[in-house]
Amino acid sequence: MEKYYDKKTECMSRSELKALQSERLVKLVDYVYNNNAIYRAKMDDIKVKPSDIKSIDDIVKLPFTTKKDLRDNYPFGMFTAPRKNIVRLHASSGTSGKLTVVGYTKKDIDVWAECAARALVAAGADKNSIVHVSYGYGLFTGGLGLHYGAEKLGAVAVPASSGNTARQISLMKDFQANVLCCTPSYAIYLGEEMQKSGVELPDLKIGIFGAEPWSDTMRKKIEKLLGIKAYDIYGLSEITGPGVASECSDQSGCHIYEDHFYPEILDTETLEPLNYNSKGELVFTTLTKEGIPLIRYRTRDITMLKDEKCPCGRTFVKMGRIIGRSDDMLIIRGVNVFPSQIETVLLNYGDGVLPHYEIYVDRFDSTDYFEIRVEMTESIFSDEVKKIEMVKKEMESKLQSMLGISVNVKLVAPSSLPRYEGKAKRIIDNRKY
Amino acid sequence: MVVNQIAVFLENKQGRIYDFAKVIAEAKIDLVSMSIADTEEFGILRAVTSDNKKAVEALKKAGFTVISTDMIGIEIPDVPGSLAKVLKIMSEEKIQIEYLYSYARSEANKAYIILKVADNEKTVQLLNKRGVKVVSDFK
Ligand SMILES: [Zn+2]
Repeated sequence: MEKYYDKKTECMSRSELKALQSERLVKLVDYVYNNNAIYRAKMDDIKVKPSDIKSIDDIVKLPFTTKKDLRDNYPFGMFTAPRKNIVRLHASSGTSGKLTVVGYTKKDIDVWAECAARALVAAGADKNSIVHVSYGYGLFTGGLGLHYGAEKLGAVAVPASSGNTARQISLMKDFQANVLCCTPSYAIYLGEEMQKSGVELPDLKIGIFGAEPWSDTMRKKIEKLLGIKAYDIYGLSEITGPGVASECSDQSGCHIYEDHFYPEILDTETLEPLNYNSKGELVFTTLTKEGIPLIRYRTRDITMLKDEKCPCGRTFVKMGRIIGRSDDMLIIRGVNVFPSQIETVLLNYGDGVLPHYEIYVDRFDSTDYFEIRVEMTESIFSDEVKKIEMVKKEMESKLQSMLGISVNVKLVAPSSLPRYEGKAKRIIDNRKY
Repeated sequence: MVVNQIAVFLENKQGRIYDFAKVIAEAKIDLVSMSIADTEEFGILRAVTSDNKKAVEALKKAGFTVISTDMIGIEIPDVPGSLAKVLKIMSEEKIQIEYLYSYARSEANKAYIILKVADNEKTVQLLNKRGVKVVSDFK
Protein backbone atom coordinates (compact mmCIF):
# COMPACT_ATOMS: atom_id res chain seq x y z
CA MET A 1 0.00 0.00 0.00
CA GLU A 2 1.49 3.32 -1.08
CA LYS A 3 1.69 5.81 1.77
CA TYR A 4 1.24 9.57 1.41
CA TYR A 5 1.84 12.44 3.76
CA ASP A 6 -0.85 14.52 2.03
CA LYS A 7 -2.66 12.35 -0.49
CA LYS A 8 -5.11 15.06 -1.57
CA THR A 9 -2.28 17.37 -2.65
CA GLU A 10 0.18 14.79 -3.90
CA CYS A 11 -2.42 13.09 -6.09
CA MET A 12 -4.38 16.13 -7.29
CA SER A 13 -5.30 16.24 -10.96
CA ARG A 14 -2.97 18.07 -13.33
CA SER A 15 -5.69 20.65 -14.09
CA GLU A 16 -6.24 21.34 -10.39
CA LEU A 17 -2.48 21.63 -9.96
CA LYS A 18 -2.22 24.07 -12.85
CA ALA A 19 -4.93 26.26 -11.36
CA LEU A 20 -3.16 26.21 -7.99
CA GLN A 21 0.21 27.05 -9.57
CA SER A 22 -1.35 29.89 -11.58
CA GLU A 23 -2.99 31.38 -8.52
CA ARG A 24 0.26 31.13 -6.56
CA LEU A 25 2.42 32.57 -9.34
CA VAL A 26 0.17 35.62 -9.75
CA LYS A 27 0.39 36.24 -6.00
CA LEU A 28 4.15 35.66 -5.96
CA VAL A 29 4.89 38.10 -8.78
CA ASP A 30 2.78 40.74 -7.15
CA TYR A 31 4.56 40.13 -3.83
CA VAL A 32 8.11 40.35 -5.17
CA TYR A 33 7.39 43.29 -7.49
CA ASN A 34 6.06 45.35 -4.62
CA ASN A 35 8.55 44.28 -1.97
CA ASN A 36 11.86 43.65 -3.70
CA ALA A 37 13.64 46.44 -5.56
CA ILE A 38 15.87 44.02 -7.46
CA TYR A 39 12.99 42.05 -8.91
CA ARG A 40 11.11 45.26 -9.66
CA ALA A 41 14.11 46.59 -11.59
CA LYS A 42 14.57 43.28 -13.42
CA MET A 43 10.93 43.28 -14.51
CA ASP A 44 10.90 46.96 -15.37
CA ASP A 45 13.98 46.36 -17.52
CA ILE A 46 12.09 43.99 -19.79
CA LYS A 47 8.81 45.90 -19.39
CA VAL A 48 6.86 43.16 -17.67
CA LYS A 49 4.26 44.20 -15.15
CA PRO A 50 2.64 41.99 -12.50
CA SER A 51 -0.62 42.37 -14.43
CA ASP A 52 0.99 40.59 -17.41
CA ILE A 53 1.17 37.40 -15.37
CA LYS A 54 -2.24 35.77 -15.43
CA SER A 55 -1.44 32.08 -15.31
CA ILE A 56 1.47 29.70 -14.88
CA ASP A 57 1.94 29.73 -18.67
CA ASP A 58 3.02 33.37 -18.42
CA ILE A 59 6.05 32.36 -16.37
CA VAL A 60 8.17 32.41 -19.54
CA LYS A 61 7.76 36.21 -19.62
CA LEU A 62 9.65 36.55 -16.34
CA PRO A 63 13.39 37.14 -16.03
CA PHE A 64 15.76 34.48 -14.69
CA THR A 65 17.46 34.58 -11.31
CA THR A 66 20.98 33.22 -10.90
CA LYS A 67 23.52 32.56 -8.19
CA LYS A 68 25.20 35.76 -9.33
CA ASP A 69 22.13 37.76 -8.24
CA LEU A 70 22.49 36.26 -4.78
CA ARG A 71 26.22 36.92 -4.72
CA ASP A 72 25.95 40.50 -5.97
CA ASN A 73 23.42 41.23 -3.27
CA TYR A 74 25.23 39.40 -0.49
CA PRO A 75 24.15 38.78 2.18
CA PHE A 76 20.50 39.80 2.42
CA GLY A 77 19.82 41.93 -0.68
CA MET A 78 17.63 39.33 -2.37
CA PHE A 79 15.44 38.78 0.68
CA THR A 80 11.88 39.91 0.06
CA ALA A 81 10.41 39.45 3.53
CA PRO A 82 11.27 42.11 6.14
CA ARG A 83 13.97 41.19 8.68
CA LYS A 84 11.43 40.81 11.49
CA ASN A 85 9.79 37.91 9.65
CA ILE A 86 13.00 35.97 8.97
CA VAL A 87 13.59 33.24 11.54
CA ARG A 88 16.47 31.20 10.10
CA LEU A 89 19.46 31.53 7.78
CA HIS A 90 21.17 28.80 5.82
CA ALA A 91 24.05 29.13 3.40
CA SER A 92 25.95 27.14 0.85
CA SER A 93 29.30 27.90 -0.67
CA GLY A 94 29.16 30.03 -3.77
CA THR A 95 31.68 31.08 -6.36
CA SER A 96 34.64 33.25 -5.34
CA GLY A 97 34.27 32.20 -1.74
CA LYS A 98 31.16 34.19 -0.99
CA LEU A 99 28.38 32.23 0.61
CA THR A 100 24.95 32.00 -0.97
CA VAL A 101 22.68 33.00 1.88
CA VAL A 102 19.01 32.13 2.17
CA GLY A 103 16.50 33.34 4.77
CA TYR A 104 13.36 31.52 5.89
CA THR A 105 10.20 32.84 7.46
CA LYS A 106 8.24 30.63 9.87
CA LYS A 107 6.00 29.65 7.00
CA ASP A 108 9.00 28.81 4.77
CA ILE A 109 10.38 26.47 7.43
CA ASP A 110 6.96 24.90 7.72
CA VAL A 111 6.61 24.31 3.97
CA TRP A 112 10.13 22.89 3.85
CA ALA A 113 9.40 20.55 6.79
CA GLU A 114 6.21 19.46 5.08
CA CYS A 115 8.02 18.64 1.85
CA ALA A 116 10.71 16.72 3.76
CA ALA A 117 7.90 14.87 5.58
CA ARG A 118 6.33 14.01 2.21
CA ALA A 119 9.72 12.65 1.13
CA LEU A 120 10.02 10.49 4.25
CA VAL A 121 6.53 9.05 3.79
CA ALA A 122 7.04 8.50 0.06
CA ALA A 123 10.05 6.36 1.02
CA GLY A 124 7.91 4.38 3.44
CA ALA A 125 8.49 6.09 6.82
CA ASP A 126 5.69 6.82 9.28
CA LYS A 127 5.06 8.23 12.77
CA ASN A 128 6.72 5.23 14.37
CA SER A 129 9.97 5.49 12.42
CA ILE A 130 13.30 6.23 14.03
CA VAL A 131 14.99 8.55 11.54
CA HIS A 132 18.78 8.67 11.85
CA VAL A 133 20.03 11.88 10.22
CA SER A 134 23.72 11.70 9.29
CA TYR A 135 23.73 14.78 7.11
CA GLY A 136 25.74 17.63 8.57
CA TYR A 137 23.80 19.98 10.84
CA GLY A 138 24.66 23.62 10.40
CA LEU A 139 24.55 26.16 7.61
CA PHE A 140 24.18 23.23 5.22
CA THR A 141 20.49 22.41 4.78
CA GLY A 142 20.86 18.61 4.79
CA GLY A 143 20.72 17.88 8.53
CA LEU A 144 18.05 20.28 9.68
CA GLY A 145 15.94 19.68 6.56
CA LEU A 146 15.37 15.98 7.22
CA HIS A 147 15.28 16.64 10.96
CA TYR A 148 12.33 19.03 10.70
CA GLY A 149 10.70 16.69 8.19
CA ALA A 150 10.89 13.79 10.63
CA GLU A 151 9.48 15.91 13.45
CA LYS A 152 6.72 17.25 11.23
CA LEU A 153 5.76 13.69 10.40
CA GLY A 154 5.74 12.81 14.08
CA ALA A 155 8.58 10.32 13.66
CA VAL A 156 11.65 10.27 15.92
CA ALA A 157 14.50 12.39 14.62
CA VAL A 158 18.01 11.36 15.71
CA PRO A 159 20.30 14.34 15.00
CA ALA A 160 23.50 12.32 14.65
CA SER A 161 25.02 14.79 12.17
CA SER A 162 28.09 13.75 10.19
CA GLY A 163 31.37 12.12 11.24
CA ASN A 164 32.50 9.44 13.72
CA THR A 165 31.35 6.38 11.79
CA ALA A 166 31.77 3.91 14.66
CA ARG A 167 29.48 6.02 16.85
CA GLN A 168 26.96 6.39 14.01
CA ILE A 169 26.74 2.62 13.71
CA SER A 170 26.35 2.02 17.44
CA LEU A 171 23.68 4.76 17.68
CA MET A 172 21.73 3.18 14.82
CA LYS A 173 22.02 -0.22 16.46
CA ASP A 174 21.09 0.92 19.97
CA PHE A 175 18.19 3.14 18.87
CA GLN A 176 17.00 0.60 16.27
CA ALA A 177 16.97 3.14 13.46
CA ASN A 178 14.51 2.44 10.63
CA VAL A 179 15.47 5.25 8.28
CA LEU A 180 18.95 6.51 7.41
CA CYS A 181 19.46 9.93 5.79
CA CYS A 182 22.92 10.81 4.47
CA THR A 183 24.90 11.20 1.25
CA PRO A 184 24.95 8.06 -0.92
CA SER A 185 28.72 7.80 -0.75
CA TYR A 186 28.63 7.93 3.04
CA ALA A 187 25.94 5.21 3.00
CA ILE A 188 28.34 2.95 1.14
CA TYR A 189 31.12 3.78 3.56
CA LEU A 190 28.85 3.05 6.53
CA GLY A 191 27.79 -0.25 4.94
CA GLU A 192 31.37 -1.31 4.34
CA GLU A 193 32.39 -0.42 7.89
CA MET A 194 29.43 -2.41 9.22
CA GLN A 195 30.45 -5.37 7.15
CA LYS A 196 34.02 -5.16 8.44
CA SER A 197 32.91 -5.09 12.07
CA GLY A 198 30.15 -7.64 11.51
CA VAL A 199 27.39 -5.32 12.75
CA GLU A 200 23.87 -5.89 11.43
CA LEU A 201 20.98 -3.46 11.62
CA PRO A 202 17.86 -5.57 11.18
CA ASP A 203 15.54 -2.63 11.89
CA LEU A 204 16.98 -0.42 9.18
CA LYS A 205 14.71 -0.63 6.15
CA ILE A 206 14.88 2.72 4.36
CA GLY A 207 17.62 5.04 3.17
CA ILE A 208 17.06 8.56 1.85
CA PHE A 209 20.14 9.78 0.06
CA GLY A 210 21.00 13.03 -1.65
CA ALA A 211 23.23 16.14 -1.76
CA GLU A 212 25.42 14.57 -4.44
CA PRO A 213 24.79 12.84 -7.76
CA TRP A 214 24.48 9.07 -7.73
CA SER A 215 23.30 6.25 -9.92
CA ASP A 216 21.26 3.07 -9.99
CA THR A 217 24.51 1.09 -9.77
CA MET A 218 25.22 2.82 -6.46
CA ARG A 219 21.62 2.21 -5.43
CA LYS A 220 22.01 -1.54 -5.93
CA LYS A 221 25.28 -1.52 -4.01
CA ILE A 222 23.80 0.41 -1.07
CA GLU A 223 20.67 -1.74 -0.97
CA LYS A 224 22.76 -4.90 -0.87
CA LEU A 225 25.28 -3.61 1.68
CA LEU A 226 22.73 -2.22 4.12
CA GLY A 227 19.80 -4.51 3.34
CA ILE A 228 17.49 -1.55 2.73
CA LYS A 229 15.55 0.24 0.00
CA ALA A 230 17.45 3.33 -1.13
CA TYR A 231 15.62 6.47 -2.26
CA ASP A 232 16.87 9.61 -3.94
CA ILE A 233 16.06 13.05 -2.58
CA TYR A 234 16.78 16.32 -4.37
CA GLY A 235 17.08 19.83 -3.12
CA LEU A 236 19.23 22.92 -3.01
CA SER A 237 19.38 25.54 -0.32
CA GLU A 238 18.42 28.36 -2.70
CA ILE A 239 15.08 26.69 -3.38
CA THR A 240 14.62 25.35 0.16
CA GLY A 241 16.93 22.40 0.89
CA PRO A 242 16.32 18.64 0.70
CA GLY A 243 12.70 17.94 -0.14
CA VAL A 244 12.27 19.94 -3.33
CA ALA A 245 11.74 16.53 -4.91
CA SER A 246 12.01 12.92 -3.77
CA GLU A 247 11.39 9.34 -4.79
CA CYS A 248 8.38 7.15 -4.15
CA SER A 249 8.15 3.37 -3.83
CA ASP A 250 8.63 3.09 -7.61
CA GLN A 251 12.24 4.38 -7.26
CA SER A 252 12.08 5.79 -10.75
CA GLY A 253 12.98 9.45 -10.25
CA CYS A 254 12.13 12.21 -7.80
CA HIS A 255 8.59 13.61 -7.80
CA ILE A 256 8.91 17.39 -7.70
CA TYR A 257 6.66 19.02 -5.10
CA GLU A 258 5.19 21.17 -7.82
CA ASP A 259 2.62 22.88 -5.64
CA HIS A 260 5.54 24.76 -4.07
CA PHE A 261 8.37 24.51 -6.61
CA TYR A 262 7.58 25.00 -10.27
CA PRO A 263 10.13 23.32 -12.55
CA GLU A 264 11.17 24.17 -16.08
CA ILE A 265 13.83 22.59 -18.27
CA LEU A 266 15.74 25.03 -20.49
CA ASP A 267 17.92 24.56 -23.49
CA THR A 268 21.38 25.40 -22.08
CA GLU A 269 22.32 27.39 -25.20
CA THR A 270 19.16 29.33 -26.06
CA LEU A 271 17.55 29.27 -22.59
CA GLU A 272 14.27 28.40 -24.32
CA PRO A 273 11.96 26.08 -22.36
CA LEU A 274 12.10 22.44 -23.48
CA ASN A 275 9.40 19.80 -23.45
CA TYR A 276 9.25 16.78 -21.16
CA ASN A 277 11.86 14.08 -21.81
CA SER A 278 14.40 16.59 -23.19
CA LYS A 279 17.63 17.18 -21.33
CA GLY A 280 18.47 20.69 -20.23
CA GLU A 281 19.02 22.97 -17.25
CA LEU A 282 16.60 22.65 -14.38
CA VAL A 283 15.02 25.95 -13.35
CA PHE A 284 12.75 26.50 -10.34
CA THR A 285 10.27 29.11 -9.27
CA THR A 286 9.41 29.01 -5.57
CA LEU A 287 5.65 29.49 -5.68
CA THR A 288 5.02 29.94 -1.97
CA LYS A 289 8.27 31.16 -0.46
CA GLU A 290 8.28 34.42 1.54
CA GLY A 291 11.83 34.92 2.85
CA ILE A 292 13.74 34.75 -0.41
CA PRO A 293 11.36 33.81 -3.20
CA LEU A 294 13.24 32.99 -6.38
CA ILE A 295 11.76 33.36 -9.83
CA ARG A 296 13.05 31.07 -12.55
CA TYR A 297 16.19 30.28 -10.58
CA ARG A 298 18.81 28.55 -12.68
CA THR A 299 20.05 25.53 -10.71
CA ARG A 300 22.75 24.68 -13.31
CA ASP A 301 21.81 21.02 -12.84
CA ILE A 302 21.24 19.15 -16.08
CA THR A 303 18.38 16.68 -16.11
CA MET A 304 14.95 16.14 -17.66
CA LEU A 305 11.33 16.00 -16.58
CA LYS A 306 9.74 12.62 -17.27
CA ASP A 307 6.47 12.39 -19.12
CA GLU A 308 5.08 9.31 -17.43
CA LYS A 309 2.31 8.32 -15.10
CA CYS A 310 3.69 6.93 -11.86
CA PRO A 311 2.25 3.70 -10.43
CA CYS A 312 2.42 5.30 -6.96
CA GLY A 313 -0.52 7.53 -7.82
CA ARG A 314 1.28 10.82 -7.32
CA THR A 315 0.60 13.29 -10.10
CA PHE A 316 3.66 15.46 -9.52
CA VAL A 317 6.14 15.24 -12.37
CA LYS A 318 9.30 13.18 -11.88
CA MET A 319 12.79 14.40 -12.71
CA GLY A 320 15.59 12.19 -14.01
CA ARG A 321 18.98 11.80 -12.38
CA ILE A 322 21.25 14.84 -12.43
CA ILE A 323 23.59 14.05 -15.29
CA GLY A 324 25.82 17.10 -15.15
CA ARG A 325 26.20 20.81 -14.56
CA SER A 326 25.96 23.74 -16.92
CA ASP A 327 28.70 25.49 -14.95
CA ASP A 328 31.96 24.24 -13.52
CA MET A 329 30.71 23.49 -10.03
CA LEU A 330 31.78 20.18 -8.53
CA ILE A 331 30.13 18.37 -5.67
CA ILE A 332 32.81 16.72 -3.56
CA ARG A 333 31.83 14.81 -0.43
CA GLY A 334 28.47 16.57 -0.63
CA VAL A 335 30.02 20.05 -0.68
CA ASN A 336 29.79 22.52 -3.57
CA VAL A 337 33.21 23.39 -4.93
CA PHE A 338 33.83 26.11 -7.51
CA PRO A 339 37.16 26.46 -9.30
CA SER A 340 36.95 30.21 -8.69
CA GLN A 341 37.18 29.60 -4.93
CA ILE A 342 40.35 27.60 -5.48
CA GLU A 343 41.73 30.35 -7.69
CA THR A 344 41.16 32.97 -4.97
CA VAL A 345 43.51 31.00 -2.71
CA LEU A 346 46.06 30.07 -5.37
CA LEU A 347 46.45 33.68 -6.51
CA ASN A 348 48.62 34.26 -3.44
CA TYR A 349 51.17 31.73 -4.65
CA GLY A 350 51.77 32.61 -8.26
CA ASP A 351 54.28 35.47 -8.26
CA GLY A 352 51.38 37.85 -8.96
CA VAL A 353 49.52 35.67 -11.47
CA LEU A 354 47.38 32.60 -11.06
CA PRO A 355 49.57 29.48 -11.03
CA HIS A 356 48.54 26.77 -13.49
CA TYR A 357 46.53 24.19 -11.65
CA GLU A 358 44.33 21.19 -12.19
CA ILE A 359 41.54 19.74 -10.07
CA TYR A 360 41.61 15.97 -9.77
CA VAL A 361 38.69 14.11 -8.24
CA ASP A 362 38.35 10.36 -7.92
CA ARG A 363 36.56 7.92 -5.68
CA PHE A 364 38.35 5.32 -3.57
CA ASP A 365 36.61 3.10 -1.01
CA SER A 366 33.39 5.05 -1.61
CA THR A 367 35.03 8.28 -0.50
CA ASP A 368 35.77 11.18 -2.79
CA TYR A 369 39.47 11.83 -3.24
CA PHE A 370 40.20 15.50 -3.94
CA GLU A 371 43.56 16.73 -5.14
CA ILE A 372 44.69 20.05 -6.56
CA ARG A 373 47.81 19.91 -8.68
CA VAL A 374 49.68 23.17 -8.69
CA GLU A 375 52.62 23.97 -10.89
CA MET A 376 55.61 25.04 -8.84
CA THR A 377 56.27 28.77 -8.78
CA GLU A 378 59.05 30.84 -7.26
CA SER A 379 56.66 31.98 -4.53
CA ILE A 380 56.22 28.39 -3.41
CA PHE A 381 59.72 27.10 -4.08
CA SER A 382 62.61 27.03 -1.64
CA ASP A 383 65.93 25.23 -1.43
CA GLU A 384 64.66 23.65 1.79
CA VAL A 385 62.19 20.75 1.79
CA LYS A 386 60.81 21.91 5.14
CA LYS A 387 59.86 25.32 3.77
CA ILE A 388 58.12 23.88 0.71
CA GLU A 389 56.19 21.46 2.91
CA MET A 390 55.17 24.42 5.07
CA VAL A 391 53.84 26.40 2.12
CA LYS A 392 52.02 23.28 0.89
CA LYS A 393 50.41 22.76 4.31
CA GLU A 394 49.44 26.43 4.43
CA MET A 395 47.82 26.16 0.97
CA GLU A 396 45.92 23.08 2.07
CA SER A 397 44.61 24.72 5.20
CA LYS A 398 43.62 27.93 3.35
CA LEU A 399 41.85 25.84 0.72
CA GLN A 400 40.11 23.85 3.41
CA SER A 401 38.80 26.94 5.15
CA MET A 402 37.67 28.38 1.79
CA LEU A 403 36.00 25.20 0.55
CA GLY A 404 34.88 23.56 3.75
CA ILE A 405 36.45 20.20 2.87
CA SER A 406 39.96 18.85 3.08
CA VAL A 407 42.09 18.70 -0.03
CA ASN A 408 45.52 17.39 -0.97
CA VAL A 409 47.83 19.77 -2.80
CA LYS A 410 50.32 18.18 -5.12
CA LEU A 411 53.14 20.32 -6.44
CA VAL A 412 54.11 19.53 -10.00
CA ALA A 413 56.77 20.80 -12.38
CA PRO A 414 56.24 24.07 -14.27
CA SER A 415 54.58 23.59 -17.68
CA SER A 416 53.71 19.98 -16.85
CA LEU A 417 49.93 20.50 -16.81
CA PRO A 418 48.16 20.59 -20.16
CA ARG A 419 47.56 24.03 -21.68
CA TYR A 420 44.40 24.85 -23.57
CA GLU A 421 43.50 27.54 -25.98
CA GLY A 422 40.51 29.48 -24.70
CA LYS A 423 38.70 28.13 -21.68
CA ALA A 424 40.98 25.87 -19.67
CA LYS A 425 39.78 22.38 -18.84
CA ARG A 426 41.07 22.28 -15.33
CA ILE A 427 38.90 19.51 -13.96
CA ILE A 428 39.60 15.78 -14.11
CA ASP A 429 36.70 13.97 -12.50
CA ASN A 430 37.25 10.21 -12.59
CA ARG A 431 34.44 9.31 -10.22
CA LYS A 432 32.10 6.55 -11.38
CA TYR A 433 28.56 6.72 -10.10
CA MET B 1 82.33 35.26 2.25
CA VAL B 2 79.51 33.18 0.85
CA VAL B 3 79.04 30.47 -1.73
CA ASN B 4 76.18 30.88 -4.14
CA GLN B 5 74.06 27.84 -4.84
CA ILE B 6 71.16 27.23 -7.21
CA ALA B 7 68.16 25.11 -6.24
CA VAL B 8 65.93 23.53 -8.87
CA PHE B 9 62.52 21.95 -8.40
CA LEU B 10 62.31 18.41 -9.74
CA GLU B 11 59.12 16.48 -10.03
CA ASN B 12 59.62 12.78 -9.24
CA LYS B 13 59.61 11.72 -12.85
CA GLN B 14 62.12 9.75 -14.80
CA GLY B 15 64.63 11.80 -16.77
CA ARG B 16 64.27 15.08 -14.90
CA ILE B 17 67.85 15.11 -13.62
CA TYR B 18 69.03 14.41 -17.14
CA ASP B 19 66.92 17.33 -18.42
CA PHE B 20 68.66 19.55 -15.87
CA ALA B 21 72.14 18.31 -16.74
CA LYS B 22 71.43 18.77 -20.45
CA VAL B 23 70.50 22.44 -19.99
CA ILE B 24 73.65 23.06 -17.95
CA ALA B 25 75.84 21.28 -20.49
CA GLU B 26 74.31 23.08 -23.46
CA ALA B 27 74.94 26.43 -21.76
CA LYS B 28 78.59 25.32 -21.38
CA ILE B 29 78.50 25.61 -17.60
CA ASP B 30 80.53 23.35 -15.30
CA LEU B 31 78.81 21.56 -12.46
CA VAL B 32 81.07 22.01 -9.43
CA SER B 33 78.92 20.20 -6.91
CA MET B 34 75.43 18.79 -6.67
CA SER B 35 73.11 17.14 -4.17
CA ILE B 36 69.48 16.10 -4.30
CA ALA B 37 66.97 16.14 -1.48
CA ASP B 38 63.90 14.14 -2.25
CA THR B 39 60.54 13.56 -0.65
CA GLU B 40 57.78 11.19 -1.62
CA GLU B 41 56.41 13.71 -4.07
CA PHE B 42 59.24 15.87 -5.35
CA GLY B 43 62.93 16.59 -5.22
CA ILE B 44 65.12 19.64 -4.81
CA LEU B 45 68.35 19.60 -6.75
CA ARG B 46 70.99 21.86 -5.25
CA ALA B 47 74.09 22.70 -7.20
CA VAL B 48 77.08 24.96 -7.38
CA THR B 49 78.21 25.72 -10.92
CA SER B 50 80.96 27.63 -12.65
CA ASP B 51 78.43 30.39 -13.45
CA ASN B 52 75.27 30.36 -11.36
CA LYS B 53 73.85 33.51 -12.95
CA LYS B 54 74.07 32.01 -16.41
CA ALA B 55 72.75 28.70 -15.10
CA VAL B 56 69.67 30.32 -13.55
CA GLU B 57 68.95 32.11 -16.83
CA ALA B 58 69.32 28.97 -18.92
CA LEU B 59 67.24 26.86 -16.54
CA LYS B 60 64.42 29.41 -16.34
CA LYS B 61 64.36 29.61 -20.10
CA ALA B 62 64.05 25.84 -20.20
CA GLY B 63 61.02 26.07 -17.88
CA PHE B 64 62.55 25.07 -14.55
CA THR B 65 61.63 26.70 -11.26
CA VAL B 66 64.97 27.83 -9.90
CA ILE B 67 66.20 30.09 -7.14
CA SER B 68 69.69 31.00 -5.97
CA THR B 69 70.73 31.08 -2.35
CA ASP B 70 73.86 32.18 -0.52
CA MET B 71 75.47 29.45 1.54
CA ILE B 72 78.52 29.07 3.73
CA GLY B 73 81.50 27.17 2.39
CA ILE B 74 84.20 25.80 4.64
CA GLU B 75 87.49 24.11 3.94
CA ILE B 76 88.58 21.19 6.11
CA PRO B 77 91.46 18.71 5.94
CA ASP B 78 90.48 15.53 4.09
CA VAL B 79 91.13 13.29 7.09
CA PRO B 80 88.78 11.30 9.35
CA GLY B 81 87.14 13.32 12.10
CA SER B 82 87.61 16.78 10.62
CA LEU B 83 83.93 17.30 9.75
CA ALA B 84 82.89 16.07 13.20
CA LYS B 85 85.20 18.68 14.72
CA VAL B 86 83.48 21.51 12.80
CA LEU B 87 80.03 20.18 13.58
CA LYS B 88 80.92 20.05 17.26
CA ILE B 89 81.91 23.72 17.14
CA MET B 90 78.67 24.61 15.37
CA SER B 91 76.61 22.71 17.87
CA GLU B 92 78.45 24.46 20.74
CA GLU B 93 77.71 27.80 19.08
CA LYS B 94 74.07 26.70 18.63
CA ILE B 95 74.10 27.17 14.88
CA GLN B 96 71.39 25.09 13.32
CA ILE B 97 72.29 23.52 9.99
CA GLU B 98 69.39 23.07 7.57
CA TYR B 99 71.41 20.88 5.27
CA LEU B 100 74.94 20.38 4.00
CA TYR B 101 76.81 18.58 1.30
CA SER B 102 80.40 18.17 0.38
CA TYR B 103 82.62 18.83 -2.53
CA ALA B 104 86.14 17.44 -2.72
CA ARG B 105 88.60 18.81 -5.23
CA SER B 106 90.40 15.94 -6.86
CA GLU B 107 93.95 17.29 -6.59
CA ALA B 108 93.90 18.57 -3.05
CA ASN B 109 93.91 16.83 0.31
CA LYS B 110 91.25 19.28 1.38
CA ALA B 111 87.50 18.80 1.54
CA TYR B 112 84.92 21.52 1.02
CA ILE B 113 81.57 21.55 2.74
CA ILE B 114 78.60 23.73 1.79
CA LEU B 115 76.23 24.57 4.63
CA LYS B 116 72.78 26.12 4.81
CA VAL B 117 72.21 28.12 7.99
CA ALA B 118 69.74 30.83 8.98
CA ASP B 119 72.22 33.68 9.46
CA ASN B 120 75.27 33.62 7.19
CA GLU B 121 77.00 36.69 8.58
CA LYS B 122 76.83 35.63 12.19
CA THR B 123 77.91 32.10 11.33
CA VAL B 124 80.93 33.26 9.36
CA GLN B 125 82.02 35.44 12.29
CA LEU B 126 81.70 32.61 14.76
CA LEU B 127 83.49 30.13 12.52
CA ASN B 128 86.33 32.58 11.92
CA LYS B 129 86.65 33.10 15.64
CA ARG B 130 86.87 29.36 16.22
CA GLY B 131 89.53 28.93 13.56
CA VAL B 132 87.44 27.22 10.87
CA LYS B 133 88.46 28.25 7.38
CA VAL B 134 85.56 29.85 5.55
CA VAL B 135 85.80 30.14 1.77
CA SER B 136 83.86 32.07 -0.84
CA ASP B 137 82.70 31.04 -4.29
CA PHE B 138 84.67 28.10 -5.66
CA LYS B 139 86.22 29.05 -8.91
ZN1 LIG C 1 5.73 7.76 -7.82
